[in-house]
Amino acid sequence: MKEICFFAGAIGCLGGAIAVIGLRNPFYSVLALIVHLISLAGLFLLLRAEFLAAAQIVVYAGAVMVLYVFVAAYVGNVEESLWEPIPGQRWLAPVLGLALFVELSIAIIGSGLKSLDTEGPTVELGFGSPEAIGRLLLERFLIAFEAASLLLLIAAVGAVVLAARRREEATS
Amino acid sequence: MDATTYGWLILAFPLAGSMIIAFGWKLLPGRAAGWIGTAAIGLSFLVTLGALFQILGLPAEERQLTDSLYDYASAGGLDIQMNILVDPLSVFMCLVVSGISTMIHLYSISYVTSDRGFNRFFSYLNFFVFSMLLLVLAGNIVLLIVGWAFVGFASYALISFWYRRTTATEAGMKAFVINVVGDIGLVLAALFIFRELGTFDLLAIFEQAPEQFSTNEGVVVLIGILLLVGAFAKSAQVPFHTWLPDAMEGPTPVSALIHAATMVTAGVYLIGRFYPIFEIALTAADIAAIVGLVTLLIAATIALVVTDNKRIIAYSTMSQIGYMIMGVGIGAYSAAFFHLMTHAFFKALLFMTAGSVIGAMANRQNIDLMGGFRRSLPFTSALLIIGCLALAAFPGTSGFFSKDAILAFAEYRGGAYWVFAIGGYIGALMTAIYAFRIGFRIVAGPPCEVARDLEQGVHHHVEPQNPATGEAEDTDVGFPGEKHNIAEDNWPMKIAMSVLGIGALFSGYIQVPGVTDVLHTFLEGSFEDSKLYFEQPTDAAEWRGLATGALISLTGIAIAHHFFLRNRAAAARLQARLPGLHTFLANKWYFDEAIDLLIVRPTLAFGRWCDSTFERYVVEGLVSGAQGVAKGGNSAVRTAQSGYLRSYALLLFVGFAGLGLYFLIAGS
Amino acid sequence: MDMSWYLVLSALLFATGAVGVLIRRSPLVILLCLELMLNAGNLALITFSRTLGDEEGQVFALIVMVIAACEVVIGLGIIVAAYRRRIPLNVDELRALRG
Repeated sequence: MKEICFFAGAIGCLGGAIAVIGLRNPFYSVLALIVHLISLAGLFLLLRAEFLAAAQIVVYAGAVMVLYVFVAAYVGNVEESLWEPIPGQRWLAPVLGLALFVELSIAIIGSGLKSLDTEGPTVELGFGSPEAIGRLLLERFLIAFEAASLLLLIAAVGAVVLAARRREEATS
Repeated sequence: MDATTYGWLILAFPLAGSMIIAFGWKLLPGRAAGWIGTAAIGLSFLVTLGALFQILGLPAEERQLTDSLYDYASAGGLDIQMNILVDPLSVFMCLVVSGISTMIHLYSISYVTSDRGFNRFFSYLNFFVFSMLLLVLAGNIVLLIVGWAFVGFASYALISFWYRRTTATEAGMKAFVINVVGDIGLVLAALFIFRELGTFDLLAIFEQAPEQFSTNEGVVVLIGILLLVGAFAKSAQVPFHTWLPDAMEGPTPVSALIHAATMVTAGVYLIGRFYPIFEIALTAADIAAIVGLVTLLIAATIALVVTDNKRIIAYSTMSQIGYMIMGVGIGAYSAAFFHLMTHAFFKALLFMTAGSVIGAMANRQNIDLMGGFRRSLPFTSALLIIGCLALAAFPGTSGFFSKDAILAFAEYRGGAYWVFAIGGYIGALMTAIYAFRIGFRIVAGPPCEVARDLEQGVHHHVEPQNPATGEAEDTDVGFPGEKHNIAEDNWPMKIAMSVLGIGALFSGYIQVPGVTDVLHTFLEGSFEDSKLYFEQPTDAAEWRGLATGALISLTGIAIAHHFFLRNRAAAARLQARLPGLHTFLANKWYFDEAIDLLIVRPTLAFGRWCDSTFERYVVEGLVSGAQGVAKGGNSAVRTAQSGYLRSYALLLFVGFAGLGLYFLIAGS
Repeated sequence: MDMSWYLVLSALLFATGAVGVLIRRSPLVILLCLELMLNAGNLALITFSRTLGDEEGQVFALIVMVIAACEVVIGLGIIVAAYRRRIPLNVDELRALRG
């Protein structure tokens, strides 16, 4: 059962990822990413990260991707020409990607961590629940939590400043 | 005050005079600069007399005094002080230098009176006297070299005094370059002395030299020869002599002071002062004597033939210095310095009278244009004849006693030294001939056009021109002034010439063999450890020498009388019969051409080759090559800065992958 | 499934995102590929959290999500501002830092 779920989620993720990088229309890429994110949420569930799966769907696939959709609609379809000005980029990039993947895989599989070959220790029921995450956030990682909040505030203000209309400019 | 304080004052007065005139040259009114300069040197002379009396008050062995003003350079094994050496020899030289200089300064006040560069002239002249006194009073080699170099500079500045005259500036440069060649010899000698003896101090050198060196050891002969190179360049001996005739481009007082009485005698002083080295390096001393003899003869032959008045006197100087160098070379120290003193008197006098005649001739110097000035310039003519008598060593004059003292010593040393004596007498014959060539040409015979005008009281006037090339000039700064001064009109000139005339006639009496022995006794204090100084020919031998000298002198005057007075055509006939010889002598034995061919042209060609080939290919090749390499590397690296975000990202990932690979391999 | 499967998947997703960044020219799509990479990282974190039985990895992943959100906000703001000023939305055109 678990295996089937895993492979379903994995195929969803991979398919979405390849679609993101492969589709010409950026709008379709956004949609592909949403598929990817939802599949990823499924995988998170498999890994007993319930709160995070929910946060992924609500925040990431919900709010952040909606932002993307808005901007993609606003900006419209940008035609990317087929000619590649940087010599060698077209074939070097996939080779590089492959190299990265191979290296990382070797690092993972060949590592001395024995626990990677297991399915993980037995954890109690509340593992990954909102209560557990919340307790950690407010007790041990309070400063990180607050800093992240501050960062969000700054980002919001920054976005407003960046996209604000200037009075002397002609708007589209 | 003790002698060394006097010594510092001797140096201070001319330096102060030079600086005052130099810094205040715009402010000084009229002829004030001239009087300041003369006063400065006059004070220096008086102070020298003070030093003289101080020295005379001391016993003979203790007459060498040194005093140091401050440490000039004391570090790492070097100990050079700013010190002076006041001893009989230096006091003697100071007397000669400052005494003659005072008279020449006085003379110059009239001679350069209308020259726009009047103040500059006296500043330079004072500076020259300061440098010469520094050279003579120096207590260590370094200070001597400083004085030596300053004297060379002053000579250059004064030769090219009329700087808009191209011949003058070229002559100045020639003199300076040849002097620098001599300086190289002197500096190398100083270096070797320091390397062998470890000190620069003169008295210390003289003490240690006999202990450190064995007779005629290679190093000490080398030192001697290097010192000689310096001496020959400064004293215009063959083959470094070609600058002296050209140096006559300077104003006549300059020729009188620098190129007759003082600077050119610096070489003689150097050899005399370094007698301990030369008495060990016998080969070097012999070389000095031989070169002196050769110069003496060559210069005398040229003086018989050239037609420019000042150049005849210049070659005469060269010849007489040859006598002095021969004298110190064979060991006749007091005789050589005696001749130095008498020569200073009569040579300066000859130049002064020449200046007066040139003034009458409106700056023309060709002796063939002159004649019969005895009625129009009586004072000048009388003193000219006195000078010529002294130069020709006429019996009773100062030149008579001094020249024959050297030759008598040569005879006394016997053996191979007879060559020097015979050569010296031949030279004396030629000297008498050319001395009275000048004398009879200018003074006697039918008056020339200029003389006739002067008898009427009309000063002859010619458009200003270069006496050598005839190029037109003007009388603004950089060229001689309008007024041409003759002695009859100017009392400063008369006083100066009279004093020198008295010296030329009577200064010989301080060293009459068997009767007076003033100079020899006085200079003993400086030559105590000399082996040769205390050997003297017998009085009889000396009187024999004097008799020979008198005979030769009178013969020479008679020959001159025949050729240049009684039978003027005889000279022309002789010239026509020996044209080759005449051309050879008139072209100064082709020394200038030889030096041009052997040294000047190869050096210039080398310089041109360096500029075109070496500079272009090697130096610039290296520089451009380095530049090219840097640029190439630069361009190669620059291609990575393409501006494309994606290529930067690619490089980032390549780097990351590379690192990862490294750690994977290193970890396994 | 073994934990290493998840990690290999995460590596694959990361490599895919990297290739996307290098290939695509529209800034919007490049941002999307950045999201891919970030999520791959999240997956790895959560996997390790499960392996060690410790929820700290999940908290880390949560904070990463927050960061990603901020970054997206700013990135999109820049894209909108650039679009408004008629700057071409093609990273190859933005070559002002060329050396």
